[in-house]
Amino acid sequence: MAAMIEAEGLEKRFGPVLAVDDVSLAVARGEVLGFLGPNGAGKSTTMKMIAGYLTPTRGTARLCGHDVLEDPVAVKRCLGYLPEGAPTYPDMTVTAFLDWVAAIRGFAGAERRARVERAIRLTALHDVLFYPIEALSKGYKRRVGLAQALLHDPEVLILDEPTDGLDPNQKHEVRRLITAMAPEKAIIISTHILEEVEAICTRAVVIARGRVVADATPMALAARSRWHNAVTVVVPAERGEAAAAALRKADRVGAVEVAARGADGAVALSALPRDGGAGDGALLEGAVREALAAAGIAPSEMFIERGRLDEVFRDLTMREAA
Amino acid sequence: MRTMLIVARRELAAYFATPVAYVFIVIFLVMLGALTFQVGNFFDRGQADLAPFFTFLPWLYLLLIPAITMRLWAEERRSGTIELLLTLPVAMWQAVVGKFLAAWAFAAIALALTFPMVITVNVLGTPDNGVILAGYAGALLIAGCYLSIGAALSATTRNQVIAFVLATAVCFAFTVFGSPLVAGFVAEAVPASVLDAAQRVSLISRYESITRGVIAVRDLVFFATFIGFWLYANAVIVDLRKAG
Repeated sequence: MAAMIEAEGLEKRFGPVLAVDDVSLAVARGEVLGFLGPNGAGKSTTMKMIAGYLTPTRGTARLCGHDVLEDPVAVKRCLGYLPEGAPTYPDMTVTAFLDWVAAIRGFAGAERRARVERAIRLTALHDVLFYPIEALSKGYKRRVGLAQALLHDPEVLILDEPTDGLDPNQKHEVRRLITAMAPEKAIIISTHILEEVEAICTRAVVIARGRVVADATPMALAARSRWHNAVTVVVPAERGEAAAAALRKADRVGAVEVAARGADGAVALSALPRDGGAGDGALLEGAVREALAAAGIAPSEMFIERGRLDEVFRDLTMREAA
Repeated sequence: MRTMLIVARRELAAYFATPVAYVFIVIFLVMLGALTFQVGNFFDRGQADLAPFFTFLPWLYLLLIPAITMRLWAEERRSGTIELLLTLPVAMWQAVVGKFLAAWAFAAIALALTFPMVITVNVLGTPDNGVILAGYAGALLIAGCYLSIGAALSATTRNQVIAFVLATAVCFAFTVFGSPLVAGFVAEAVPASVLDAAQRVSLISRYESITRGVIAVRDLVFFATFIGFWLYANAVIVDLRKAG
């Protein structure tokens, strides 16, 4: 399948600072690529270059087969872009703004009204249609920016932090919206929220200091964690010491991590696999179960960890700094 | 063309979205009236024409036109909406010309509101209305020149005050080059060839000949080229910011 978004060796220098260093990506229809990285890693700069707002120092990007440097207007026609911070004209009302964007995008008459109406429906803006955008809350402003990006039902969506500033319900709605659109489109979203990547992205690209340091499915990334295939059990606090001792002696267990659980006076013990998670989680689970039974401890919960994305993220983005 | 007009329409509406537009128009009309009637001795001259009106107009424009253009690009850059505008399917020239046309239309609206002057001279005497019409054409053209300078310089900064000061300074330079007073003043300091070149790009002498009713193709071509040059510079400046 031909990639809808292709970035080739993108590089951006701001004076002496190398903000983005040789970033290449390809996103096909149906993919949702999650762009991850610490602040200042070059996420937004890369997205700005792909969207044709910043001119790359080197390299180029192609959207729907159009080169962003050679045919910028064709690129922008097939692109829906939510810039960082969701900028919109503050003095316009929500309807006037969306109507203007629809006009710029070449829609007229009944079709323009239908497009605007659809974008309003998708982003649930009914209640604020006639307010000036400057009077809206952060969450509404973000949704106006999102409505603008979705208006022409583009084949390519680039969304810079689409859920920033939204409340949990709105976040859920936006994620649902992105997931629903995903099969038809090629989508790039940037985010700080790791659970979001696990929830909606088919691929995660981690960027640090301007370079791509990982490009894999969220599952594969999580599997790099030392928590991958670890077994966590929850036991009453007073049995914690004994359980930890029993687990340390158990077969296949490498290390044991203890975390207090505030409310219910229990502790969670995690047995990390000795083989680094390469083996079968069920075998470790069996070993843990036996060890606890031998010590006469009945855990109230027990589960196999898939791996912890936040730890992998820290690992990937901090490693080079050291 | 259509896209350009859509950009222009939004921009023009933005002027009237705040009281700034009305404040501007009132100040423009009051100051122009004061200059024409008080300083220009409109009545005492005993002549049925608008000569004092058109004499003061460019100098008033020096202060007021940069106020129209200062926000055109600076505000877009400050608020980040420039990223939105430049990622919509709008070609650079459409954005640049669209914004310029909106500013020009606003200046034209303000200028059109001086029509009571025309009525006044027509009631008091029998002026040459052709010359007055030519004067208005000249006023629109010099406004266009100042606007094109102001728009381009507005793209150099995200601070509207800086945009205003820069535009006033550059418009002032292009205006005084042609004034005999300045020419005499600097004649000893700069070579004659430089002075001659400076006078060729001066706006005021061409403006004055148009307001006297002499519309030469040469002058029209000059004004068109002048505006075109600054609009091109405007596009280049916006493009450079993208690269930076």
